[in-house]
Amino acid sequence: MRFIFKTDYGQDIKLAKHGGHVFWYAALLVLLVVAPWLFAEYWLAQLTFVLIYAIAGLGLMLLAGFTGLFSLGHAAFLGVGAYAHTVLTNAGLPFPLALACAAGLSAAVGLVVGLPALRVKGIYLGMATLSFGFIVEEILARWESVTGGNAGIHIKKPDMFGWVLETGDQFYWLCLVITVAATLGILNLLRSPTGRAFVAIRDSEISAQSMGIHLAYYKTLSFALSAALAGIAGALYAHKLQFISPDQFSLLQSVDLLLMIVIGGVGSVHGAFLGAIFLISMPQAISMVKDYLPDSVGQAPGLQSVVYGVVVIAFVLFEPMGLYGRWLKVRTYLQMFPFYRKGMFKRQKSFQKSDRLK
Amino acid sequence: MQFLQLLISGIAQGCIYGLIALGFVLIYKATETVSFAQGELMMLGAFGGLVGMTLLGFPYWLATLCAIAGMALFGVVLERLVIRPILGQPAFSIVMLTIGIGYVARGLITMVPGIGTDTLALPVPYKDEIWKFGGNEFGVGALILNVEHMVVIGATGVLCVLLFALFRYSKLGIAMQAASQNQLAAYYMGIPVQRLNGIAWGLAAAVAAVAGLLLAPITFVHANMGFIGLKAFPAAVVGGFGSLPGAIVGGLVIGMVESFSGFYLPDGVKDTAAYGVVLVMLMVKPNGLFGEKLRKKV
Repeated sequence: MRFIFKTDYGQDIKLAKHGGHVFWYAALLVLLVVAPWLFAEYWLAQLTFVLIYAIAGLGLMLLAGFTGLFSLGHAAFLGVGAYAHTVLTNAGLPFPLALACAAGLSAAVGLVVGLPALRVKGIYLGMATLSFGFIVEEILARWESVTGGNAGIHIKKPDMFGWVLETGDQFYWLCLVITVAATLGILNLLRSPTGRAFVAIRDSEISAQSMGIHLAYYKTLSFALSAALAGIAGALYAHKLQFISPDQFSLLQSVDLLLMIVIGGVGSVHGAFLGAIFLISMPQAISMVKDYLPDSVGQAPGLQSVVYGVVVIAFVLFEPMGLYGRWLKVRTYLQMFPFYRKGMFKRQKSFQKSDRLK
Repeated sequence: MQFLQLLISGIAQGCIYGLIALGFVLIYKATETVSFAQGELMMLGAFGGLVGMTLLGFPYWLATLCAIAGMALFGVVLERLVIRPILGQPAFSIVMLTIGIGYVARGLITMVPGIGTDTLALPVPYKDEIWKFGGNEFGVGALILNVEHMVVIGATGVLCVLLFALFRYSKLGIAMQAASQNQLAAYYMGIPVQRLNGIAWGLAAAVAAVAGLLLAPITFVHANMGFIGLKAFPAAVVGGFGSLPGAIVGGLVIGMVESFSGFYLPDGVKDTAAYGVVLVMLMVKPNGLFGEKLRKKV
């Protein structure tokens, strides 16, 4: 067992709480940096997708997991970022500038969508973002002069002021750098007053307001940051696929993003990464076991959705903290061995909190 | 004439939206959760009717009744198995749960050999019949009514009257109203709140099955027909999420907006008009036309 003896207030907000953190995260980082030499090209491509989805997941986690605002149209931000980046890159803008513009545009759109969030909450906000997602998808499909309509649009290779990233390895490192930057940014944000304000809003809006938190400002900020991250992820996604079309940013994509953070674990930064790993590895796992199943099940087009549905139902019912919650339990068990008690993480039974005024 | 024609097809479409929205509202009022699986329940109901009519060879009425009763039972069982254990958890988890149920239902249907992956027509007795009114001897300018649309409108009307009677006059309906107003107080009065929640889910599933059986002759039966449920959310929001008559009115509004915008406005507006209406509604009157004012306590 490890006891952390606190001698300094600064220790409470340190990113790495103890030597174990430093060691393991450094090891992970080293592994990720040398990954191109260790893994085959195909697996590296999958790893790149994990990183890209993790960035989008971080954005959604900030919004849904930490601010408690629930977006059913997040794929729209991904789409806005992807299209903005594609159009600007094809117009000859270097990668960093185009990326910044894409993130900025997404954030601006997020601000606009955040406006209803000031008046409505809960499921109504879900409806507003859902509607917004549909409208964006339709615009992307109809605004043919810019987006190429349903036929889609190709994107050039990323160009860093004349240095063109040709290979998958180079692009992987680019994604890695951006992911690390985004993760550190989010971690830093969450330990700052802004992040605390987000969490306070999630836990109780009225209490937060009474503590002097400006709801409108923080909610819009959360929307804008979340949308900006989704926009960055969208831009990288466009580069990775080299071809985008409106149906990649449909409601199903939004729901996939939500599934990702729920399965990963709502309210934890780790959850975004674990969820991304799940989301990318699941189709592979399914295609591996597909051949051993009877034809009517294995070849059915709905197999993947059944698996996703069952997994998400199982997680909501039995492990509401997601994969990260499961990991916490395993870790605690190992750390405290043999003193782990069964009821340690028992979910508290709560009476249904009513939204109604009665 | 054209206006009338659009109006009637809009109303018929709106009735379908309204019926699905009715399911949302029933569940929302009973358990304060939003079910994203309502469209899939509708799809299952339509498939139930199809199986009854084609594979088992039941007559139309019997197959319809069986499908509705079967779906009601399915709704009750679903509530007992997956919804009840997590009531009281954040709304977000329950929404994800119902999304999961929808995924599973949609996927499982495609695994049914023979019918799952095909687009099938529901053999109803009133298929492809039309009524004509007015016009000259060549039929120009006549008002042509699709019997399928008229059946939808009629059945919705009948269902609304039945539901109204249920909530107004029956002991069960009054108990459900009481439970939806204040669960704890209702429980103290001896109302079996949990069982009522199950019944509300059953009722919602039955209404969804009716919607599916009415929609099937118009659009065909296939695994993805549940996506129309996404158009019913705007209906529920426009009507106000907590109001039963609001759901039907909202459905009619959305149906008519779609019908008219599809005809008078450029391509593509039709598919998004409903969502545009919702955004405007949320900006102007977030609680909907008939919604009650909500304010959360600390």
